[in-house]
Amino acid sequence: MKRISVTVNGVRHEADVEPRTLLVHFIREQLELTGTNVGCDTSSCGACTILMDGQSAKSCTVLAVQADGAEVTTVEGLASNGDWHPVQKAFHENHGLQCGFCTPGMMMAAVGYLDENPSPSEDEVRLALEGNLCRCTGYHNIVKAVLAAADDMGS
Amino acid sequence: MATAEKYVGGGVPRKEDPKLLTGQGQFLEGLTLPGMLHAALVRSPHGSARIDSVDVSAAAAADGVVAAYSGADLADEWAAGLPMAWPVTDDIRIPDHWPVAQDVARYVGDAVAVVVATSRNAALDAAELVEVDYEVLDAVVDVEAAVADGAPRVHESFDDNKSYTWALTNGEVDEAFAKADVVVKERYTQPRLIPNAMEPRAVVAQPVPSTGDFTVWSTTQIPHVAKVLFALTLGIPESQIRVIAPSDVGGGFGSKLNVYAEEALCIALARRLGKPVKWVAGRSEGYLATIHGRDQVQEIEIAATSDGDILGYRVHILAAMGAYLQLVAPGVPLLGAFLYCGCYGGEAYHFECTGVFTNTTPTDAYRGAGRPEATYAIERAIDSLAREVGVDPAEIRRRNFLPAGDMVQSPGGLAFDSADYEPALDRALELLDYDGFRSDQAERREGGGSRQIGVGFSSYVEICGLAPSQVLASLKYAAGGWDAATVRMLPTGKAEVVTGSSPHGQGHVTSWSQIAADALGIPYEDVTVLHGDTHVAPHGMNTYGSRSLAVAGVAVHNACDRVVDKARGLAAHLLEVAPEDLEYEAGIFSVKGVPDRTKSMPELAFAAWTAHSLPEDSEPGLEASCVYDPPNFTFPFGTHVAVVEVDTETGAVDLVRYIAVDDCGPVINPVIVDGQVHGGVAQGIAAALYEEATYAEDGTLETSSMVNYLVPSAAEFPSFETDRTVTPSTSNPMGVKGIGEAGTIGSAPAVINAIVDALSHLGVTDVPMPASPERVWRAIQAAQGGEA
Repeated sequence: MKRISVTVNGVRHEADVEPRTLLVHFIREQLELTGTNVGCDTSSCGACTILMDGQSAKSCTVLAVQADGAEVTTVEGLASNGDWHPVQKAFHENHGLQCGFCTPGMMMAAVGYLDENPSPSEDEVRLALEGNLCRCTGYHNIVKAVLAAADDMGS
Repeated sequence: MATAEKYVGGGVPRKEDPKLLTGQGQFLEGLTLPGMLHAALVRSPHGSARIDSVDVSAAAAADGVVAAYSGADLADEWAAGLPMAWPVTDDIRIPDHWPVAQDVARYVGDAVAVVVATSRNAALDAAELVEVDYEVLDAVVDVEAAVADGAPRVHESFDDNKSYTWALTNGEVDEAFAKADVVVKERYTQPRLIPNAMEPRAVVAQPVPSTGDFTVWSTTQIPHVAKVLFALTLGIPESQIRVIAPSDVGGGFGSKLNVYAEEALCIALARRLGKPVKWVAGRSEGYLATIHGRDQVQEIEIAATSDGDILGYRVHILAAMGAYLQLVAPGVPLLGAFLYCGCYGGEAYHFECTGVFTNTTPTDAYRGAGRPEATYAIERAIDSLAREVGVDPAEIRRRNFLPAGDMVQSPGGLAFDSADYEPALDRALELLDYDGFRSDQAERREGGGSRQIGVGFSSYVEICGLAPSQVLASLKYAAGGWDAATVRMLPTGKAEVVTGSSPHGQGHVTSWSQIAADALGIPYEDVTVLHGDTHVAPHGMNTYGSRSLAVAGVAVHNACDRVVDKARGLAAHLLEVAPEDLEYEAGIFSVKGVPDRTKSMPELAFAAWTAHSLPEDSEPGLEASCVYDPPNFTFPFGTHVAVVEVDTETGAVDLVRYIAVDDCGPVINPVIVDGQVHGGVAQGIAAALYEEATYAEDGTLETSSMVNYLVPSAAEFPSFETDRTVTPSTSNPMGVKGIGEAGTIGSAPAVINAIVDALSHLGVTDVPMPASPERVWRAIQAAQGGEA
């Protein structure tokens, strides 16, 4: 067991973890934040995407011990003071989700990307989301939502 | 009933969204129960192997392990094998299918042992310690190899690998072919596909040992159907099983329309150990243990006149069943059997399908189930006919369309309601600017560059609204096709809709709320939709085959009508007039000619609850149910168009435009309908260009994870252009038809036809799915007479 200290959604957590524990399992099972989903076992699908020190990361590719000292944001931390993040609003208004399983990861990837590139083109959004798979939407409304969120955040 | 359509037809934002957008989705992996144990399965690494011995002793002794069992150890748990509900012929061969194999493992992934531990990690670690001695046998993984003489047999108890042959003949087929000027004969393969719902499967079974009751949570599309089949498989009285599909199930596409080994196993383990037992699939484990789709070889012949008028059809299919028969697998080809003539005419039709065992993961219904296969074959073959007789591909479709009308007889034997195929084709051509495209294409060809463009059409008709129960009986399906709804006004004027459908992304909560809110004249926000729990919604046939709106949605509509009827009697009683003296609009009953004498639905709901003054012979409460058995299928249709750019030097295909014009009848929520089309189209395009599950000869699944099975990302698609024509179905009072699978059904042939069109000047007439750069390049080389 190794002792780590991670700040998740603004709350500092001290915990003992097995060295092999993935960050996503730490978040889901030890912190009981189950919004971050596990969709694969090969770091292909991106359902588990979170923000780590402001950058999007697949939390299945990070060991919990590697997150020692990091600031992590999960989907549960996206809204502030009850107000949805513009990306959440845009996904709702543009029907950017159906079953909703990929959605937390998809939104976190979008938030991370819009921070890097606040006014992307459609093609840029499509490339930026390449690591996040959705099986329901054909991505059409996801891309539309991310572009709408960029507009909203820029205005 | 007068209904002001305030919500129906509008794109109201979904009620499902808030919890899913904030990380509060209730997916099953997040469920934890006190004392819960975790199961991990040991799976055969061999395509075919005799199980000589299974030693679980080291696993059983490992840290955290509660129990470990072989298939033989569990043999007395099963009152029956895993169920198969569609014995399509009287002489179909149905193999025993145990949740854990007992003597022979028949595909890579067939379970051979199970370990139960106090944590998932402990179970997975200990599963590595189970020792199995196998005698490896010859495997057969290819459907044509499996029917060849001397092929290894998947089931030793059968003489060969054929499960069944099902045939259908309409008209004088030989005569039609004898008098034809032209016969085109094509052979197509339908790649094996992995459905890839984003949420992996999971199950939790909780026993109450003192009563013998079980609650089973499963990531299923079919909680009600599963309940019956769990009872039969486990020998537990149905009345003691409660099945819950969690309020959020992360996609299905047919892959959760089944009764799986792990579901039965968790119930059996919970019974044996007296504790809740949970199993969650890893993605790669799911690739082995969750059904695959398609995997067919198709031969289609079309007989026609020299003008391209179709006279007849002949179709022969070999359909892979995999190692066992899953829930409805034998029937999947039958869902396409009537559609190999598409939306076209002709006088004769023959279809024949043989279901074949191979040493592979069992197949079953994957989005479209039979209809994408049929549409692919006819829409590719009609392009071949167009080339053969020198007619434009849009024109040959128009020339052969069945006439517009209701209950139009198709050569396949079905009568199609609401047929009107030309307007959808016309609209698609208009959106495309067909003439403009052809002139661009001619310019590119003259330029002689390596990047050539092509257009492909697919005009489809499909079968939804599954299904009239009596028709299912004639097809030997073992259940009915009805669905159920209860609509209940609550004392405070809110309404509960209880539905037998079981959504997993489709937005039924939103759409059913729209229907009920308009019918009952109450705000959309005041409607709650209850689903997925067999204790809450006791009756249902659940969600698959684009059936939910056209069957369960109609049940909601009809139940609302019945609530309004009952409310009318109560209103008349309270207003002291005859029921026929009342007008009803938007939730208000008013006395004709005295518009200020009214009773609203919330007032009546309260009055029905207090029951202080009711009409004679009336009971308290304002609630009604409907079990709706559709009188006919519905037949959505449309025309899809793909535009591709192909690099003739590398074979790379770029999908430039995709246009979908669909007719699913009146639309409840256009935003949801468009979303269904987008997602369906993407899955069809994925099949056409990227996805294929392949096996090595020994039965190893080569595409064993998301790393080497290409589920496409946003970067692989353009934005889609969608439009609709609206021709109401005459089979149900709402005129609705269903849209869940149309995109998948229409899209694959449009894409491949576009690639062939882009390369037609080079002599290319076929490119197999998925059209990888290598396959496209080889097709060009072969057409040019080079080495391919």
